Amino acid sequence: MYPLTYARARTLSEARELLAKHDEARLLAGGMTLIPTLKARLAAPSLLVDIGQVQELQGIEAKGDRLVIGAGTRYVDIARSALVKRMIPALAYLVSRVGDPQVRNRGTMGGSVANNDPVADSPAAVLALGATVRTERREIAADEYFKGLFETALAPGEIITGFSFPVPARAAYWKFAHPASGYAMAGAFVADFGGAVRVAVTGASSSGVYRWKEAEDALGRRFAPAALDALEVSPDGMSSDIHGSADYRANLVQVMARRAVDAIAAGR
Amino acid sequence: MTVNGNKVSHEAEDRTLLVEFLRDTLGLTGTHVGCDTSQCGCCTVHVDGRAVKSCTMLVGQANGAQVRTIEGMAEGERLHPVQQAFTECHALQCGFCTPGMIMAVAGLLQDNPSPSDEDIIHGLEGNLCRCTGYINIVKAVKQASKTIGGA
Repeated sequence: MYPLTYARARTLSEARELLAKHDEARLLAGGMTLIPTLKARLAAPSLLVDIGQVQELQGIEAKGDRLVIGAGTRYVDIARSALVKRMIPALAYLVSRVGDPQVRNRGTMGGSVANNDPVADSPAAVLALGATVRTERREIAADEYFKGLFETALAPGEIITGFSFPVPARAAYWKFAHPASGYAMAGAFVADFGGAVRVAVTGASSSGVYRWKEAEDALGRRFAPAALDALEVSPDGMSSDIHGSADYRANLVQVMARRAVDAIAAGR
Repeated sequence: MTVNGNKVSHEAEDRTLLVEFLRDTLGLTGTHVGCDTSQCGCCTVHVDGRAVKSCTMLVGQANGAQVRTIEGMAEGERLHPVQQAFTECHALQCGFCTPGMIMAVAGLLQDNPSPSDEDIIHGLEGNLCRCTGYINIVKAVKQASKTIGGA
């Protein structure tokens, strides 16, 4: 590993102080993306501020009719939570498909959403469910949060503290995982809030997670897989790389969305 | 930190990975480095009871933690049930992935004492065997699950 400076923050305010003192500091949560990024020399922060053990960022609870998850909660704890399984089973399922067990034992939803990798799973859930992203200074609606490839509404030094999810009537996530990395080649999260349907697509677009409005309208009129048949997904703006062409990904988007709707309709 | 039940305390550079600390500082070379890119799982150890890839963790993150490596699995001459099952089912060929595989399996069985084939495959997605000895590995997981369940 290349030289770096590491500091563990015990509290959120300690993390804020450390970030304020160092211009090029970066937060380290689970490190499942950041540590490989450092090894590849794709980032060289002046200081790593480890927030992996900050208690204020941990926890899962029902607050009124919403599900609130601390940004530092490990994927494994979200996937196994009886509360998450009862309130939003599709979210528990999505999290259980992130990476591999070792990654889920360390990785956090806050880390993934802060990074906003275009092939990550968590952004699809946050956007499709219309969650509120909470930081130590404000609340950001999911629709205002995701700004493109690795870009978010977060200001420098702003720390995600958690997510507040409205609970849909029904929802499902389906992804076509790359066979080696497990990352989504395309993934669709479909959430039905009793007539108002939200669909978020990850993995496919070269500008990151997005809402598929045409599918939302079609499913709002008739919630059935066939409602998506008439929709054309344009390959414009889709990622194209060694793993799949833009045309292939455009097709996958429709197939994944249809399978998600199918899973909901079948009650899976 | 505590490694295999023994308190250890050493100075280490901030950049030190947990796997480097285990292998180079403590001489516990049973934990292997396969890919060094968090894909192969050869470096899997347990930190506070959970399987993690020690090549993707800084030693500072494990400061104060309970760490268990492959060297901490057997009790004296008596192999851990997962080690025993790997031996009996011939669940290794070259053996390079085996320490990480055993740590991942131990983690899997701790969470799910009687996994189905599908659970086993999903539970070992973070570990690669280049000899592709997966059939016998799955067999060993099932046998270990029976031994542990019956013990």
